[in-house]
Amino acid sequence: MKIVVLVKHVPDAQFDRHLTGPGNTTDRDESILSELDEYALEAALQLSEARGGAKAGNEVIALSMGPAGAVNAVKKSLQIGASSGAHLSDDALAGSDAAATSLALAAAIRYLGADSPVDLVLTGMASTDGETSLVPAQLAERLGLPQVTFASSLEVNGEHVVARRDGDAHADTVEATLPALVSVTDQINEPRYPNFKGILAAKKKKITALTLADIGVDAAQVGAAGSLTAVETAEARPPRTAGTIITDEGDAGIKLVEFLAAQKLL
Amino acid sequence: MAKALVFIDNPGAALKKSSLELLTIARSLGEAVVAFNGELHDDVAAALGAHGASVLYRPSATDLDDYLVAPKAAYLAAAVAASGAGTVLLENTADGKEIAARLGVKLNAGVITDVVGVDADGTAHKSVLAGSYTTTAKARTAVAVLTVKPNSVDVEAPAAAGTPEAVTIDVPADATANAARVTGRAEKPASGRPELTEARIVVAGGRGVDGDFGPLEELADALGGALGASRAATDAGWIGHDYQVGQTGKTVSPQLYISAGISGAIQQKAGMQTSKVIVAINKDAESPIFEIADFGIIGDLFKVVPQATEEIKKRKG
Repeated sequence: MKIVVLVKHVPDAQFDRHLTGPGNTTDRDESILSELDEYALEAALQLSEARGGAKAGNEVIALSMGPAGAVNAVKKSLQIGASSGAHLSDDALAGSDAAATSLALAAAIRYLGADSPVDLVLTGMASTDGETSLVPAQLAERLGLPQVTFASSLEVNGEHVVARRDGDAHADTVEATLPALVSVTDQINEPRYPNFKGILAAKKKKITALTLADIGVDAAQVGAAGSLTAVETAEARPPRTAGTIITDEGDAGIKLVEFLAAQKLL
Repeated sequence: MAKALVFIDNPGAALKKSSLELLTIARSLGEAVVAFNGELHDDVAAALGAHGASVLYRPSATDLDDYLVAPKAAYLAAAVAASGAGTVLLENTADGKEIAARLGVKLNAGVITDVVGVDADGTAHKSVLAGSYTTTAKARTAVAVLTVKPNSVDVEAPAAAGTPEAVTIDVPADATANAARVTGRAEKPASGRPELTEARIVVAGGRGVDGDFGPLEELADALGGALGASRAATDAGWIGHDYQVGQTGKTVSPQLYISAGISGAIQQKAGMQTSKVIVAINKDAESPIFEIADFGIIGDLFKVVPQATEEIKKRKG
């Protein structure tokens, strides 16, 4: 089975995050592998291992698109257990919105499937920076693949994909045939951590560096030029400040209600 | 006159407030038209007319719910083409965003999610990076696709109600090819409380509730609010994942958010820090939640919450 897992290098949410420059793009210093992509990688590794792993010819390719530093998301994925990596990087990609991103990633996935077909594309439920959840659905549309998104469980039996998708009003069982695109939620598994053996093994694993020319995408189709949306203004919201803090002396519940009444919230 | 098309998936027996909000925004942009999927009751059709819909598009197929997202996007693309709409408005739900995503590819249209306001010129307002920035964004394309969060506008009905024209849209024959099929559906029990993302008041509990959401449920009911939870509480299995507020759960911005027994890690804050008023109750004075609380109580939630509930009941008589 050949699986491509999309991994994104995102600003660490533990620190302050900023929008910068004329395009109001995300400042990518202090970036890490997106936490939500670890669930997709874990799902891929479990599917591969259940089929005998790399020895039995199963492949888990971690694909990331982003500037030079984004290769670190690929490296981390290799340490966790992906069999190989690919890093799509090109100056012309800077400022890509979801449409331009999905266009470039679709071309990269086609490139990775040129020698042997990709059976499954796995992604997280959203990036932890853009948080739009648009890219998985747009990739499925562009690649003409069945879309099985927000999976909280996933089974692959032969050519058959079965997933659970939880909504507010109902939980659905969703089925599709391979090849397919699946996005997974943080409910699907417990991602593993890289161990010492994995960290050493990762050094010998191959990372393919890809440019737009390699995947046959014109620079005008991506980046700020190829994006279908533009962020026109960005304003940092003033940080919330702490208000009144009291220690309960037996009447805090009453004081709470008095506060709500004063705020006209009752 | 510019047209804005509102997509309403399964309008049901009565229109949701969020659908009326989308119609209000549509009319602020020009002529409002509606594309729906599923059954349409007569009184719902009348309500759509009363809220300014001039045309009601329905799909030629009745099996769109048997598939995930894809055929609905194909139907909607055909409806947009038939109507000539320049803006498409959808709910900001998982399905809404994904239908928007695919529609954007089909129409080569810019898609903007998590919108909280739309100007007359189509500029969309949203907050990003867990509420730390507010941005304005605009589609650069002939058609703009926007998914709008609930409670973004006050519902307004036009002075005169119209009778909308009914038009059936042929769903493309290949709409269900390569679509994932929904083979099972388990309805979840309704709580009777307002929907979490739409609620005016949210009462949320975390690790500190130690498995007992009872006192918080009573406070939520006394206030007419929704119940929420931190990931620590949902991961512990004390309450369903549907209740989770935070980065991997729901993002809420109610008038009042009462946080009880939640420390306020960054992932939790990401889901609630745009709330208008935040009240925090926690035993630990060092909890980061107190840094963003308008009113904080250092104390035992099992004492404070029931006392507050009782006081509210007393005042409300």
